[in-house]
Amino acid sequence: MSQLLTREEICVPENEVYHRTCLLTDAALSYCPGCGHGTAHRLIMEVIEEMNLQADTIGVAPVGCSVLAYDFMDIDMQQAAHGRAPAVATGIKRLYPDKFVFTYQGDGDLAAIGTGETLHACNRGENITIFFVNNGIYGMTGGQMAPTTLPGMKTATSPFGRDVTTMGYPLKITELLAMLPGTYYVTRQSVHTPANVRKAKKAIEKAVQYQKLKKGLCFVEIVSNCNSGWKMTPLESNKWMEENMFPVYPLGDIKVPKP
Amino acid sequence: MAKVKGEIVVNTERCKGCELCVPICKEKTIEMSGGLNSKGYHYATSINEDCNGCTNCALVCPDGAITVYRVKLD
Repeated sequence: MSQLLTREEICVPENEVYHRTCLLTDAALSYCPGCGHGTAHRLIMEVIEEMNLQADTIGVAPVGCSVLAYDFMDIDMQQAAHGRAPAVATGIKRLYPDKFVFTYQGDGDLAAIGTGETLHACNRGENITIFFVNNGIYGMTGGQMAPTTLPGMKTATSPFGRDVTTMGYPLKITELLAMLPGTYYVTRQSVHTPANVRKAKKAIEKAVQYQKLKKGLCFVEIVSNCNSGWKMTPLESNKWMEENMFPVYPLGDIKVPKP
Repeated sequence: MAKVKGEIVVNTERCKGCELCVPICKEKTIEMSGGLNSKGYHYATSINEDCNGCTNCALVCPDGAITVYRVKLD
């Protein structure tokens, strides 16, 4: 009997086990094929939908690849000047302490031009959540070297590879922020495999819950690929990320709340 | 005989042909279509009936193009 089920009989709403969250708009994502930004967007929106926070959430969009995040996330959003998202989120959270306020930033925004704002928002222990997508390159402007670029990595502005004697070392900003007493929960995740996606979603859920409990600043880094900037196919870039990014940026919780 | 049977529906216009879902699928159900969508991408498509509805392809799809259905067989 059961083997006679046709595709049309299976594909009915009551059998649906996974669908795109309704908190993402119908606009086509402006990201390159295979970019981790899309998955990161979806996970955050799924968590907000599952916690029924869509009316109580204010997001702050950055400058960078995800500058158009407000077009894709169907919630209240504010666009901040380059790197200033934590400062804008601070103001929003102080005005509306009952709202869930988050920023969504890339590594050029958070770790380069916005280092000061990020560091001080974390040091003040603002009760906001920061989602940080780290792909080790300036994606939107054409693949220039970022502070998070790996040593020896070739980019448009380091064509012979990042030379640490003149260009410095990759900035491990997540570890840096974890040292500050103002941060409550700091973690690093990735979204390139189903297992990592599930773990990242759990981390995002925790970060949202801690803010609701007014525990302090939660910081979720998502190590992502940039296949266009790295000049690879999406599958190659994920493999390269596992082999090269993860030794420098190891996944896992960096600061967990004391019980 | 499998105890569950799944099926995927790919939103072909949303798919950007990144192929991340292809090696993720343990049942080898997904392949890239020879056809193109309106943006010019080869989209993912289901090529056999081995899908067990594990949702792994939908989890890694950056564009959320995949909807997964699953039924329990009696």
